[in-house]
Amino acid sequence: MQLRTRINLSWLWLVLPLLSCQSAPGKAAIDGPDPLHSEPLKQAPAEAGLPPNPIALAMHSSETFAVAKPPISEDMWPCTTCHDGNDVNRNRRVLKEEHTNIQLHHDEEHRWCLDCHDATNRDYLHLASGVTITFDESYKLCGQCHGDKYRDWRMGVHGKRTGQWNGEKQYLLCVHCHSPHEPHFKPLKPEAPPARPTSIR
Amino acid sequence: MADTSPNPQDLDPNAVHGCASGGSCGCSGGTDDVSEADMDAPMDGNQVMGTYYDGGKIENRSMGGLALTRREFATSMGIVTGAIAAAGCSGDALEVFKQTRLREMTQPQVKEFLARLEREYKAKYNTDITVGATPPAEGVKFAYALDLSRCIGCRRCVHACVKENNQSRPNPEGEHNNPIQWIKVLEMEKEKGINLEEADPYYNPDKVPREGHFYMPVACQQCENPPCTKVCPVQATWKEADGIVVIDYDWCIGCRYCMVACPYGARRFNWAEPHLPQKDINPNTHVLGNRPRSKGVVEKCTWCIQRVRNGRYPACVEICPVGARKFGNLNDPHGEIRAVLENKRVYILKEDLNTQPKFFYFFGV
Repeated sequence: MQLRTRINLSWLWLVLPLLSCQSAPGKAAIDGPDPLHSEPLKQAPAEAGLPPNPIALAMHSSETFAVAKPPISEDMWPCTTCHDGNDVNRNRRVLKEEHTNIQLHHDEEHRWCLDCHDATNRDYLHLASGVTITFDESYKLCGQCHGDKYRDWRMGVHGKRTGQWNGEKQYLLCVHCHSPHEPHFKPLKPEAPPARPTSIR
Repeated sequence: MADTSPNPQDLDPNAVHGCASGGSCGCSGGTDDVSEADMDAPMDGNQVMGTYYDGGKIENRSMGGLALTRREFATSMGIVTGAIAAAGCSGDALEVFKQTRLREMTQPQVKEFLARLEREYKAKYNTDITVGATPPAEGVKFAYALDLSRCIGCRRCVHACVKENNQSRPNPEGEHNNPIQWIKVLEMEKEKGINLEEADPYYNPDKVPREGHFYMPVACQQCENPPCTKVCPVQATWKEADGIVVIDYDWCIGCRYCMVACPYGARRFNWAEPHLPQKDINPNTHVLGNRPRSKGVVEKCTWCIQRVRNGRYPACVEICPVGARKFGNLNDPHGEIRAVLENKRVYILKEDLNTQPKFFYFFGV
């Protein structure tokens, strides 16, 4: 498995810059009862006739991970309640009316909302290749740039897994610990220190 | 009190035989039947002769100037006292007196012992506590990895460990307060690297991690070559087949030699009667792990033996908010431990002492 992981990675790093330039926005509208937790949509890239997309292969490998529910507040979901797909403003801008609580500190000089969120159907994300993914597959999106962390996460070395050490495991998504808009881990208040020997009677 | 008769039932570790064949019924039979050769024979896991544990060879040491072995002495005393006690004492008190070490018990004796412990805990804590004795699984060698690049020193693990393992809580009203924590988190300066002499376990800022510092939690390293077990004069501590170093709390005499021998300061001593409020008790226990201890015995981290022997992760792994703690089977080539060892920079604490810890610190970045 580790060998395969390395092969995947080398593919990723080689083709990522090329293909991210080719990402095409034109996609058909997506229907789905519950995009947050549904099966991943294996939608092919729009450019017909091209050889199989290596990123799509890597990102849509048969590996599946049982992940915890994505940390999206109930009152904000589904996104299509407001974002109905009409009149999409694709211009990069500072949001002044809605989502003002979101401060983008994540390579903000180069990216903004619609680089990750799918403009056509806001209940999905999309990869650089244009392939749409559900929110519980968001690790694929993160793995496009953070390939080393993605590799470690899949092996269980980065991030947190719970469940059985010899059986079923549940993964936390990247976004459970790292806010995608502000990924730096937030400091915590430490629990009480141990008693000093002098204070023990 | 291993049963040495060539009874085919005894060769099957899973066979449960009646109390007539062992000493569990309170009679004194069994003990005197054990020959020296049998005592010294290594107990292989697959050929357990009626014993529950395959913890290894137990030396038979004679006592000082006496020609009697310790056990012969204890047993003969037991017979004498037992005859006296039989008249007035309850059966449990007699059993306590006659109790042998866990590693020598037959399966019925273990069963009887666990039931007695549960009765005692019920009487003491007024709570139903189950005491299990899940043995090591075949082919499993536990190992632990901790990512020093990720740990932020929040001490969630320390307190989850205290709750899970029924450690003695602070007792502000009592005569003694002897809070026990098996994990000690050390704060160190990044500039100085891993420097145990200047490490601070008492740090308490508003927020962690502090700028320029990193954190190193230290608990039992479950050494493959443990110095602590070698010094125990009564062999009350040993390494199990799955690599966990355990203590027979009923055989520990509290001499604390093991605490001196441990280079990691991982063992703790119950100087006073442990303070364990009823509401804080974790009722799922293991006889070698988190069952309530008594005054005067040593205790230590067992990687939550009551959890990991049933497939669960240790409590500290489950609580860690940054996912710095990894646990698994060292023999599993696809597990996270092997992934760490094969792909990451690994640091072994006091590696030069040849204790061969199965606790691996590593740097995730």
